[in-house]
Amino acid sequence: MPAPPPNRSTYEHRTSRWVNIGIPYLWLGLFFLLPFAIVLQISLAEPALAQPPYTALWQWVDEGLLRIEINLRNFMMVAEDDLYLSALLNSLQVAFICTLLCLLLGYPMAYAIATAPERWRIILLMLIVLPFWTSFLIRVYAWIGILKPNGLLNDALIWLGLIDTPLAILHTQTAIYIGVVYSYLPFMILPLYANLTRLDPSLLEAAADLGCRPMRAFLRVTLPLSMAGIVAGSMLVFIPVVGEFVIPDLLGGPQSLMVGKLLWTEFFSNKDWPLASALAILLLALLVVPFVMMQRLQQRMEGSRG
Amino acid sequence: MRRRRWSLLTLLAFGYAFLYVPILLLILYSFNESRLVTVWTGFSIKWYVELFRNQQLLDAAWLSVRIAAVNATLAVVLGTLAANALVRHRKFRGRTGFELLLTAPLVMPDVIIGLSLLLLFVAMQQTIGWPDGRGFTTITIAHVTFSMAYVAVVVRARLSQMDRSLEEAAMDLGARPLRVYLTITLPLIAPALLSGWLLAFTLSLDDLVIASFVAGPGSTTLPMVIYSSVRMGVSPQINALATIVVAVVTLAVVIAGISMRRGPEAR
Repeated sequence: MPAPPPNRSTYEHRTSRWVNIGIPYLWLGLFFLLPFAIVLQISLAEPALAQPPYTALWQWVDEGLLRIEINLRNFMMVAEDDLYLSALLNSLQVAFICTLLCLLLGYPMAYAIATAPERWRIILLMLIVLPFWTSFLIRVYAWIGILKPNGLLNDALIWLGLIDTPLAILHTQTAIYIGVVYSYLPFMILPLYANLTRLDPSLLEAAADLGCRPMRAFLRVTLPLSMAGIVAGSMLVFIPVVGEFVIPDLLGGPQSLMVGKLLWTEFFSNKDWPLASALAILLLALLVVPFVMMQRLQQRMEGSRG
Repeated sequence: MRRRRWSLLTLLAFGYAFLYVPILLLILYSFNESRLVTVWTGFSIKWYVELFRNQQLLDAAWLSVRIAAVNATLAVVLGTLAANALVRHRKFRGRTGFELLLTAPLVMPDVIIGLSLLLLFVAMQQTIGWPDGRGFTTITIAHVTFSMAYVAVVVRARLSQMDRSLEEAAMDLGARPLRVYLTITLPLIAPALLSGWLLAFTLSLDDLVIASFVAGPGSTTLPMVIYSSVRMGVSPQINALATIVVAVVTLAVVIAGISMRRGPEAR
């Protein structure tokens, strides 16, 4: 029996499928996935005085013989040089501490907004998002004027009589912490807020009816139920901060080297494209685990919502 | 209970102060007569006058605005298609991979996106001769790649909340899917498209790192000019520029907020 001819609506469905899935897929494949393959390839090449400045990974020698040269020099250099390892570790440390600080400041804020009267919520939320729409670079730059030795913070502290000599904050690790928490705080608050507003208030009432004190109810009911928001917010802060370049460059000092800045220097100042690529690959490898965690969580939340 | 509420509100106030004091100080000192950021010597608008005489900065701003506009438009088209794919075609082969590819640009460090795209463009130029040189086109492609993901998040949320009964009614009345999409669905999700467009526009206008990688020698965007002038030493012109940016952004957000409220299906 011949198959029934496809009617128009399934045909159109198929077209819409192709357009909706195919076009974005193609774009991301070409401009997001393929570039990583090239980075991997170049990380295995050797730097050269050429344009572009690296050796070809494979070439055809005569008689149809393909010669592939894989060069692990870049990865060896990273493994052997303390500079690179300490930069990687420092990046992880900065990202970890900043995520914790964002959580400590962001959770109460998200909680306060989520429990505010309904008409206030949208305004309070808007006020969280507004700085995020304002230039990131300019907001980081604003902190230079505040943190420098004769800056506003030191002036204020001296005026208050709390200190005699200005504190050195700018160009230290502390300045990076301040800048990062300041810039990434909205990324922590937004998922937490979304999570906390979905919480069923009757659960807390039930806990109270059963004689649970507010603090205990928070620890036993609210906190575990908001775990998904905590993980989502933490990942949104942690992952990009590991590779952050602008904040450590403008606010940090030479002591607090982070891998994003190192990659930038290797690429632009030392023109060592293969080494910069190797650093990018290592950075990616570091971020795979938290990224997959976040993705899993997102899919689970999607699934539970139906 | 009441004491807990107060400590919560104090923290909230502290958080908002933390977010806003630096911005307010920038605005305040943009009207300062003195070159020094910390010393107030009197009200003046001379930094604004100087700003509008800075041709290099104006050229960079114009380039950035053009890139941001083209980027936002392309990102809305691609992001909306991707959101459709995820909401309307529940199951398809490679869905997990698709979602992974769409989420990754949201968190991927800028240095990696910038580096990898530059290496792609260099390799493409060597093999197929395109893009010939780097500038407007390459920066726009790079920006679309990461900002379409943000658009997809915004549009996806709206699409999945949307009431499908209007679409079904139109189908029952004999409208073809494309027509339904154009006349029913798109107007319904228009507020999300607008906020997605504005988001993509701002992200593009804001980006320093990715643009620095994929820009050629002749194309300097606004963040690149700001960055180099900040590194060379604080210039009060930047305060003036920041104030204008804050004013424009606030206006845009307020307009978007109002249009969202007036939009169809408003809560």
